[in-house]
Amino acid sequence: MTIQLEIVSAESEIFSGAVNAVIAPAIMGDVGIYPKHTPLVTQLKPGEVKIEIDGEEDQYIFVSGGLLEVQPDVVTVLSDTAIRAEDLDENLALEAQSKAKEALSEKAGEIDSARALAELAEATARLRLIEKMRKA
Amino acid sequence: MSGAKQIRTQIASIKNTQKITKAMEMVAASKMRKAKERMSATRPYASKIKSVINHLASASSEYKHPFMVARPEVKRVGMIIVTSDRGLCGGLNANLFKAALKKISALQEQNIEIDLSVIGSKGMAFFRRISGVNVVSHVSHLGDTVHVADLIGSIKVMLDNYTAGTIDELYLAENEFVNSMTQAASVTPVLPLPAEASEERAHHWDYIYEPTAEEVLDALLVRYIESMVYSAVVENVACEMSARMIAMKSASDNAGGLIDDLQLAYNKARQASITQELSEIVGGAAAV
Repeated sequence: MTIQLEIVSAESEIFSGAVNAVIAPAIMGDVGIYPKHTPLVTQLKPGEVKIEIDGEEDQYIFVSGGLLEVQPDVVTVLSDTAIRAEDLDENLALEAQSKAKEALSEKAGEIDSARALAELAEATARLRLIEKMRKA
Repeated sequence: MSGAKQIRTQIASIKNTQKITKAMEMVAASKMRKAKERMSATRPYASKIKSVINHLASASSEYKHPFMVARPEVKRVGMIIVTSDRGLCGGLNANLFKAALKKISALQEQNIEIDLSVIGSKGMAFFRRISGVNVVSHVSHLGDTVHVADLIGSIKVMLDNYTAGTIDELYLAENEFVNSMTQAASVTPVLPLPAEASEERAHHWDYIYEPTAEEVLDALLVRYIESMVYSAVVENVACEMSARMIAMKSASDNAGGLIDDLQLAYNKARQASITQELSEIVGGAAAV
């Protein structure tokens, strides 16, 4: 007896096929899903999803969190594409805000890109110097 | 002969330009194919997450997530604008700006203020010059292969503002990929999520939720909106490539036409100078 498994992320379809069992890293502990499992929705934590298919070696697929949905004959893993955590997301949000402020405060585009290039050249020169000093 | 020489150098320079536009056309065509594949790859996730949300919303009716509740009074709205990083793609960005501005001015007439989240540097270059809008977050230089992680921050700013009550509605201004010749700019509402009347309540079953229905719904809704914005960005890449392909194709064609005209002018100039030389020789011989 098999159950249909779909592992999808926002960026791509990762796995689709009939399997005998799925072991997933649910947030309250690993869950094993076999055919005819009761409907379930749970959050996943980062970890491996183990896929068991008869006569084949077990497959492991890494998910960086997400959600697991179980219906009687189909299991869906909605995988995240990146590790999510409140403080990580917060940092990304702050970054997006500061980028807007930065872009708004910019004056003339061309002059700024020239200055940015100059700064970049300086930064790379500095990095090279640091590397040299490390080696020495 | 100087006229003919000038024309010749002009033809050579236009030919060089034509080579570049032709190359860009072909690059855009192959990138468009890849972008279209990525576009279709986003669909299963979006549709799956949508169906779970619909089910959750109808199953746990006592819990109303703020994302699903319409606010009675709208004072300030957010808009996420998806633009490209690079130009040379016809009227793609300009059409989107037009659609977005139309919506913005309609909102401003109702005394509603606007917060923008701009994706792509073309949009930033445009909206920093527009008065009366407030750009709260910005992300650019995503490249042709966009990742959800690049967009999380920008979207979170808007979602946090919505949760905090700073904005009461959220829109998404995006280009829709109709086919490889046509792109349509549109502004679609994102928040509050339209409550879909599901008639499937007849079969009464519910999920087991871990940890709780509320937490699962929270996580799902954020991901759903992220996937909406993500697919808009991926779609915009496909639009950008197809618009560039068409723009470069017409540029190459125009260059071809120009070269033909110049070639004709060059031939005429060459003929004229030969005729002149001949008549000078004949004239000289007659004088002797």
